[in-house]
Amino acid sequence: MTTLTSGARAADARPDLDEAPRRKGRRGTPRNWIGGALGWVWLLVVLVPIYWIVITSFKTQSTYFAENTMVPAKDPTLENYRLVLEAGFVRYFVNSVIITVGAVIPAVAISFMAAYAIVRGSGRRFLRWTNSLFLMGLAIPLQAVIIPVYLIIIKLKMYDTLGAIILPSIAFAIPLSVLVLTNFIRDVPKELFESMRMDGATEWGTLLHLAFPLTRPALVTVTIYHGLTIWNGFLLPLVLIQSPDNRPLPLALWNFQGQYGTNFPAILASVVLTTLPILVMYMVGRRQLLSGLTAGFGK
Amino acid sequence: MTTVAPPPLRVDRPTSGGGRSGGVAWMAVPALIMFLIFGVVPLLGVLALSFAQWDGIGEIKPAGLDAWQSVLSDPGLPHALWVTFVIMALSWLFQTPLSLLIGVFLAGHERYREWLAVLYFIPLLLSSAALAITFKALLDPNFGLGSGLGVDFLNQDWLGESKLAVGVVVFVVSWQFIPFHSLIYQGGVRQIPRAMYEAAQIDGAGRMRQFFSITLPQLKYTIITSSTLMVVGSLTFFDLIFVLTAGGPGDATRVLALDMYQRGFMAGLMGPASVIAVILVLVGLGLALGLRRLGGRGDESQLEGA
Repeated sequence: MTTLTSGARAADARPDLDEAPRRKGRRGTPRNWIGGALGWVWLLVVLVPIYWIVITSFKTQSTYFAENTMVPAKDPTLENYRLVLEAGFVRYFVNSVIITVGAVIPAVAISFMAAYAIVRGSGRRFLRWTNSLFLMGLAIPLQAVIIPVYLIIIKLKMYDTLGAIILPSIAFAIPLSVLVLTNFIRDVPKELFESMRMDGATEWGTLLHLAFPLTRPALVTVTIYHGLTIWNGFLLPLVLIQSPDNRPLPLALWNFQGQYGTNFPAILASVVLTTLPILVMYMVGRRQLLSGLTAGFGK
Repeated sequence: MTTVAPPPLRVDRPTSGGGRSGGVAWMAVPALIMFLIFGVVPLLGVLALSFAQWDGIGEIKPAGLDAWQSVLSDPGLPHALWVTFVIMALSWLFQTPLSLLIGVFLAGHERYREWLAVLYFIPLLLSSAALAITFKALLDPNFGLGSGLGVDFLNQDWLGESKLAVGVVVFVVSWQFIPFHSLIYQGGVRQIPRAMYEAAQIDGAGRMRQFFSITLPQLKYTIITSSTLMVVGSLTFFDLIFVLTAGGPGDATRVLALDMYQRGFMAGLMGPASVIAVILVLVGLGLALGLRRLGGRGDESQLEGA
């Protein structure tokens, strides 16, 4: 008892200890019963539909209509998954991978270069102007400019190709990437840049060997964020893709829904299949993503 | 938004400015070109197209103010604006208090809260198309959640009645984004200095008092960031609504973005659709700037403006 109290005292006296991340937050943060209750209730609200999607995807159409929809099927079937896979799922999956990888890597690379330039060359009018433009870009929704984008893609003779989705996706990933990355590069101590320069490193070398390793957490966050957005993108494919062969997953999903009508289990199996790859990625990169987001937005 | 260079940076110009670091400017060029072609040019293009007549395939002909006249005199526009604002306001009202309270709760450091945060994130992984399709099936009056749980309240024709359909849109949006905003608030709460609560405790302030006098004021900028994302983001609910209700029943959920798509790409009226797109940009910019002003600080922390 006495040790506990004195321990707490000691922590109080040294505020820096309070910032230790793993410390139990019983002191300080007010207890929040309403929030706690809401948190658990909302978890239920989140999980019930997910549970329902998964169990339903293993039912046949007749059991789905006949039995209680909340109870898992007695004889689960993979028939729906077979149906979806045969309907070209692999093809759509590959399209989505090409689009996502093809857009995210160049987008993050050129945004990183731009962010580096904006921080390192600050004070130059050209770069200030560029930065303002990107900041303004944050407020432009893709929907608002989709008609001219459609026109430009037609003029470039790229309509109904995967490139038609890739190019605008790159452009629309730039503003947020530059914003997040400039904020991170600004935190790199000036002395490090100076000493690199003394050693005769070029800007390109400094970018690769100093800024890149130090900004890696932000780069990963930005990559995952845009990867998710572009993977799930719907409007660009809807407007710019015509042939079934070029559809990415979300658009294919929408078409499945039209094809299978009231075959809910089959539709939900396609929902599961389209979500599964991203869920696997999330499990791999989860820690990075969550810490990046809370640090990036919660400031 | 035009006065971006933060004054503090000028201070270190004598060391990092001058001749040599100037050679770095070219690195911004690739991003700039991409953004000009697919961001800035289309923005100007949409303004130009709003004074033109185009069906999406054939020739583009100048049409003066025709499109503007037809859209501004069409009762569909005020309706779409109204629906957009109703969905925006309702989803803000629904999401903010919930995310805030849950975020404060999640800010504790127990291991199980970390896991809660992990599970919370799952809805954000689903595409809007997948989400819309799921909820359409889930809310089916005969075979959906209602009959499964045996709750009569859930057995309504959710997507068949105007008011209910608006409610469903707000709910599905919240289902997807409350977790995200909770995480933002969680991050915000963790940055509040502990000492403030300790001082308040010594002064005898209760839990409620601490929440309203410390937590809430300290989260001011977090609330503005989160609200900006919610409000500006709500202008982009196109895909969710397109798949969930297609604007229906009737035109009960026809928001601006959907109205634009339907006029442009379905009815082949690219001129009027461009007019709506211009309005969409103006509304978006107005909201972003308004919320920024509410924040009461400029560019010292640019993340707040995101």
